[in-house]
Amino acid sequence: MISTSVPKRLAILLLAVLTVLALFPVWGKLVFAAKFAFLMQKLTGIMILAILAMSLDLLVGMAGLVSLGHAAFFGLGGYMLAMLSPQYEAANLWLVLPAAVATSALAATVVGFLSIRSSGIYFIMVTLAFGQMGFYFFNDSKAAGGSDGAYVHVKPAVEAFGVTLLDLDQKLTFFYVALGAMVAVYAFLKVLLASPFGRVVSAIGVNENRVQGLGFNPRAYKLAAFVIAGGVAGLAGVLATTQYGFVSPASLGWHQSAHVLVMVILGGMGTLFGPVLGAFILELAHFAFESMTDHWLLPMGALIIAIVLLLPKGVAGLLLQWGKDKEDAT
Amino acid sequence: MSQSDFILETRALTKVFGGLVANSEVTIGFRERQAHAVIGPNGAGKSTFVNLLTGHLTPSGGQVLLKGANIAGFPAHKVSRLGIGRSYQKTNVFPSFTCFENTRLAAQSRLATSMRFFRPACSYKAVSEQAGCALEAAGLGSKASRMAGALSYGEQRQLEIAMVLATAPEILVLDEPLAGMGKEESEKMVGLLKGLARDYTLILVEHDMDAVFAIAEVLSVMVNGTLLESGPLEQVRASRAVQDAYLGDGAEAY
Repeated sequence: MISTSVPKRLAILLLAVLTVLALFPVWGKLVFAAKFAFLMQKLTGIMILAILAMSLDLLVGMAGLVSLGHAAFFGLGGYMLAMLSPQYEAANLWLVLPAAVATSALAATVVGFLSIRSSGIYFIMVTLAFGQMGFYFFNDSKAAGGSDGAYVHVKPAVEAFGVTLLDLDQKLTFFYVALGAMVAVYAFLKVLLASPFGRVVSAIGVNENRVQGLGFNPRAYKLAAFVIAGGVAGLAGVLATTQYGFVSPASLGWHQSAHVLVMVILGGMGTLFGPVLGAFILELAHFAFESMTDHWLLPMGALIIAIVLLLPKGVAGLLLQWGKDKEDAT
Repeated sequence: MSQSDFILETRALTKVFGGLVANSEVTIGFRERQAHAVIGPNGAGKSTFVNLLTGHLTPSGGQVLLKGANIAGFPAHKVSRLGIGRSYQKTNVFPSFTCFENTRLAAQSRLATSMRFFRPACSYKAVSEQAGCALEAAGLGSKASRMAGALSYGEQRQLEIAMVLATAPEILVLDEPLAGMGKEESEKMVGLLKGLARDYTLILVEHDMDAVFAIAEVLSVMVNGTLLESGPLEQVRASRAVQDAYLGDGAEAY
């Protein structure tokens, strides 16, 4: 489950898929014509969800912490952007982004400190409770727009010395910003997992008691992982709110948390690339079924059940097996 | 308190689970660089004793003195950092890590902190060296890049020892290192443990009497959570009470 290296063939395949995705603005226009603009928006949104899914994988797949409140840090990041943005002017991204990420990380420190002393089903329930607290906090607060949510009318400005570097209002630009962020977060988590810290966290997910016996305080490492995951979720929240110009209490709720958890599990826990695939499969299947029938939940449920039954280690498990087989054969 | 001549000792160490007294006022002293075996029938409280020594359980009463300082109630990670390394009765290696990664993780615990987020773990030279030495010492030098889950049972037990050694302990607490091993594997392990007995203070909890007599210099016998007898090997072996309680009625030859 905790494989640090991706087999070569699989790495090539994944890079190829990434390239196809990166070139979508070129070929998508020709293939989809009328639906192109909508699909651009869809894919951008999925890449942002993939970032959220990877951050949750650090907890669920690596540290063995199944959180059902992870979306709270996602939504909080989004709300921070909305609250910090002036109403009719652009906020400075270099200020609001770190502020939002830091707020999410700080909230994760408090929630993590209080919830990590529990484990298993109790940890799930405690994080669920904290997530719902976040939901109701924003749902009931007038300053944040209550149940209507909060708006970002002007997208944050990305400037250096008064020169605009990126115009986030441009759909194409934002597509590549989301893609770049997704790749950067993957690389960041990959480096993190290869570090001494990452090794300890990965081992905690396998056998916490033994890790403690070796001389590590598991609670400290789990808390640090929780804070890092919370910060990355906050980053995803800022991106999502920038994209839609809007954030609602639902983005903090347990429904969103569970949705991301399903992405992680279907994609393959503890692999990082698996949850990214999970995000794409789940969201694109949702879109496809929805455009075919009003009863899209039925085939959607069938798909999830099929993947869980046939691929207990998720889509990534199947791919890793394929990659290894090829490697053994050569 | 006067400096005792024990590196590690317990005084009236007691552990109660609800109504069950698992360890009752156990007082044992362990001398530096001595191989000391703790034996006893199933349910005698040996595993509880090991868990109390290493911080995996909190005592209900009594003291654990490491070089005169009471460490009773310290959490397991602190005890490990004070130089008491333990192996587990149940194989407890990380199956999805290679052998080397297992010992490297263990060696990494001797860094001031592992809250290091960016430099790859494999670039810490001193850690890697320590991990390599531990693998060699446990006889697994040639298996460094094998996945731990793919090792034979005996090799996994060796890796278990290697991981403890990689934490550079002063005192080794080995909980049934021979459990579940075949004859050949056992012999190999006994040879390994004999070597370790020369360099470390060895506390050995074991069922296998042949192994105990081959390795240990001092023997403590536990029965029903209490210490029955403690002393040099021959003396304990000759004790009437021990023979009755544990070794059989003396008709069996060793």
